[in-house]
Amino acid sequence: MDGVDTSITLTVNGREHRLRIDVRSSLLDVLREDLGLTGSKKGCDQGQCGACTVLLDGRRANACLALAVAQDGAEVTTVEGLADGDALSPLQRAFIERDAFQCGYCTPGQLCSATGMLEEAARGWPSAVTGDLTADPDLDETEIRERMSGNLCRCGAYEGIVAAVKEARA
Amino acid sequence: MNAIGSRSRVEGREKVTGEARYAVEHPVPGAAYAWVVQSTVAKGEITAFDTADAEALPGVLTVLTPDNAPELAPVSDGELAVLQGRKVSYRGQIVAAVVAETLETAREAARLVRVTYAARRHDVRLTPDHPGRYTPDEAEDGPWQARQGDPEDAFRAAPVRIDCTFTTPAEHNNPMEPHATLAAWDGDALTVHDSNQGPSTVRSTLAKVFELDPARVRVISPHIGGGFGSKGTPRPNVVLAAMAARAVGRPVKLAFTRRQMYALTGYRSPTVQRVRLGAAEDGRLTTIIHESFEQSSTVREFAEESTTPTRVMYRAPNRRTAYHLTRLDVPSTSWMRAPGDAPGMFALESAMDELAVVLGLDPIELRVRNEPDGHPEDGRPFSSRNLVACLREGAARFGWSDRDPTPGVRRVGRRLVGTGVAAATYPVLRSPAQATARANADGSYTVRIAAIDLGTGARTALGLIAAETLKADPAQVTVEIGDSDLPRAGLAGGSAGTAGWGTAVVRACEALLSKLNGHVPPEGVEAAADTTEEVKGQGDEYARHSFGAHFAEVEVDVDTGEIRVPRMLGVFATGRIVNAKAARSQFLGGMIMGLGMALMEESVLDEAFGDHLTADLAQYHIPANADVRDLDAVWLDEHDPHVNPMGTKGIGEIGIVGAAAAITNAVHHATGVRFRTLPLTPPRVLPEL
Repeated sequence: MDGVDTSITLTVNGREHRLRIDVRSSLLDVLREDLGLTGSKKGCDQGQCGACTVLLDGRRANACLALAVAQDGAEVTTVEGLADGDALSPLQRAFIERDAFQCGYCTPGQLCSATGMLEEAARGWPSAVTGDLTADPDLDETEIRERMSGNLCRCGAYEGIVAAVKEARA
Repeated sequence: MNAIGSRSRVEGREKVTGEARYAVEHPVPGAAYAWVVQSTVAKGEITAFDTADAEALPGVLTVLTPDNAPELAPVSDGELAVLQGRKVSYRGQIVAAVVAETLETAREAARLVRVTYAARRHDVRLTPDHPGRYTPDEAEDGPWQARQGDPEDAFRAAPVRIDCTFTTPAEHNNPMEPHATLAAWDGDALTVHDSNQGPSTVRSTLAKVFELDPARVRVISPHIGGGFGSKGTPRPNVVLAAMAARAVGRPVKLAFTRRQMYALTGYRSPTVQRVRLGAAEDGRLTTIIHESFEQSSTVREFAEESTTPTRVMYRAPNRRTAYHLTRLDVPSTSWMRAPGDAPGMFALESAMDELAVVLGLDPIELRVRNEPDGHPEDGRPFSSRNLVACLREGAARFGWSDRDPTPGVRRVGRRLVGTGVAAATYPVLRSPAQATARANADGSYTVRIAAIDLGTGARTALGLIAAETLKADPAQVTVEIGDSDLPRAGLAGGSAGTAGWGTAVVRACEALLSKLNGHVPPEGVEAAADTTEEVKGQGDEYARHSFGAHFAEVEVDVDTGEIRVPRMLGVFATGRIVNAKAARSQFLGGMIMGLGMALMEESVLDEAFGDHLTADLAQYHIPANADVRDLDAVWLDEHDPHVNPMGTKGIGEIGIVGAAAAITNAVHHATGVRFRTLPLTPPRVLPEL
C-alpha cells in the first residue's frame, strides 16, 4: 500500500478489530470494504446526506467524514449493531410498522441518527427549534423533524420516520 | 381506504438491520475498484493522455482510455459507447478509468491521469429561438405536435386571454444510492450486481454491447436504492464495470460518486413553456396552445415531452400542443419522475389558475366547467376519469369552501398565507412480462418474475396480487424478483411496473389454479404465463389515464422570502390500490418531490464551463425532514375494468404531477405575485414582495 498504511484498533458493535488500514481511508470505507459491514451506506461521501451515520463513541457522526486513522480506539455502533440478537430495537420495529422507508438506502443512517438523537434529547440537549434552552426538550414533531434533518430521504418517507421515532420513544 | 391489502414491506427486516445488500455491497472475494476520469471541457477532442504517473502508483491494475479500451458493439444509446473515441461531447463525460486494488488508490490514480484537449466552443444555453431548434420526428408517446381547429385565430378572438411563459430548471433525480455495478466474468459469462430499474433490459443491453448470448449474462439486483427514472436505462457504469472486469480479469466494483452523477446519470431537461388559453366570459375554454422548448445532449436524443398531459386535460374546440428540442453540448437528459407531465402540468395548471383569477372564478369551478366528456382530441371514452371527484373530495377535506379568493390579504405576523389547488394526471401504461407460479407441497406458493423493487414495495405488492388470485394468505406466497434469470419482465418505470408485472402474475396464478386438483405432489406444480399477446392486443378504444388533485397551503415570510408549506393534500383516482400502506407512502413521496420542484430543486448550469455547478446535495437542495409538515394523501375508490386484471392504474408518478403548481398557485394567493420561474427560492421571491 505504498507505505501509507498503519494499524488501528476499532471496536465495532462490541467486537474489537485490529486493522491494517490505508491512512487515506474513511471510517465508512473501512466499515464497508475492510469489515464487510455494508449496512452503513455511501450516499454522497461528503457529509451531506447522512446515509453513513453511525454512533461514534456514542454520538452520531457521518462515517464518510471521519478519517479511520483518527478513530484509533474508538467504539463504533453501526446499523448491524442496533438489534439485540434477533430482537429488533424499538426503533427498527417502528420503522417497519410505520413504513418509514421505501428504497431503504437512507434507513441505516436514519436509524443510527434517531438512536443517537433520542439519547441527545434524553440528556437535555436543545436543537435549533428548542424554545427554552434550560428546560428538558419536549420531543414533539417539530423537534423530531429538526433533529432528523441531517438525514435525507429522497423517497420522502419523512412522515413515517417522524411517526416511528415518536412511537419508539413512547 | 379500499385496497387489496395493507402490509408492511416483506423485506423490511433486511432493510432495518443492514442485511439488505445493494449492488457493490455483494461480497465477492478479490474485487478490484474502478474510478472514472471525467472530461474538463464540454466539447472537443482529446489530443493526449498521460497515464504514466497513474500507472506507476503501486496497486494500480490498469488505466483504461479510448486508446486501449476494447471495442464495443454500437447501441442506440450513445451514452453506453464508453471510451469508444476521443471526441468529447459534454463536460463530465467519461474519458478514462482507473482500476486498482483499493478504492483509495483508484481515486488517487484517477487524479493523476492527465488529459490534454483541443477544446472547441461549446453551446449549452437553451433558448426558445435557438437556431438549432427542431421537433422530434418520433416521440415515445405519439406525435410531437397535435392540432385541432384554428387555435391561433380562436385565441385572437377569445374574450378572455392568458398568454404566459413558464420556465423550469434542470432537475436531478438524486436517488440516495448512486449508480453502481459489481461486474465479474467467468470465461464468456458475465454476472453483474447492478443498481437498475429493470434487470431484463440491462441483460439484453449488455449482451448487445459485449456481443454475448443473453443466456450468458446475468443481472442480479435484489435491492435498489431509488432511481426515479435515472436507473431506467442502463447507464455507463454497468458497461464500464464489465469492461474493467474483463480488462483486469477480476471482479470490479464501480460506484459513481454523488458529484459524478450530475453529469453521468441523466436529469430532467430545463423547459421554457408558453401557454395560451382563450376562454369565454363563463370560463369555457375556446382554445389551448401549449408549446415547450427543451434540450437534449448531442449523444442521446431524449424529449421531455412537456405538452403531452395538456392533450388529455380540458375540453376546447381549438387546440395545439408542440414541443421542440435543441441539441446542446450538455450532459444527457433522461427520465425523471413523471417526465413531461411534471413540468408540463406545472405550466398548464399555473395558467389555469391565472385564468381563474382573471375571470373571478373559483379555480375548482373553472376546471369543472372544462371537464371533457371524452378524450379532448378524439372523443374516445375514458376507461375511468374522476378528476372532478378528486377536486370535490379534496375541497371538502381541505376546507376549500370558505376560502376568500382575494390574493395577498392574509397576514399572520411576518407571514403571508394562501392556499392553492392544481390538477394531476398520468397515463396508464403496461409492458408485457412473463411469470411463473408454483404450488409447493407444504401449501406455500412461489411466484417468480424479473421485476424490481426500487423502493416501491414490488415484492409485497406482487405477493398481495398473487394471494388474491390464488385465494391464499399473503404470508403463504414468496415472490422472487430482482434477477434477470427469472422470467423476463419490463421496467419499473412509467408507473407501469405493478400493472405489467401484476398482469403476468395474475395469469400465471390463474394457470396454476387450473392445473391444481387439490393435491400437490412433492415436486410441486408450476405454471407459466406470458402476457405479450394480451398486453399488445389491448385496443385503444378507451383513453386510459389517472387523475388527481393537489391542495397546498403556504406561508411566505415577507422579510426573508422563505416559503413554507404547512399543509399539503393529494387526492388521487388511480384505479384499485394494491398495498394501502406502501401506496400512501409513494403518493406522499411524489408530493414531497413536487414540493422540492416548487421551492428548491434547481441544477444551475455554468455557461463558462458547460456543466452543472450545483453538483452536490449542499447546493442541489432536496426536501429534508423539517421541510415537510402536515401532509396527507388519499384515494378514491375507483373501479376500472378496462386497464388490467387488477384494475390498477399506477401510482409512482402522479404524486409529483401538479404538486408544484398547487404550491405556486398558493403563493400567488398569499402574495398577489405570480412567479412563473421555478423554483421559488428566496432570491427570486423576496425582491417581488
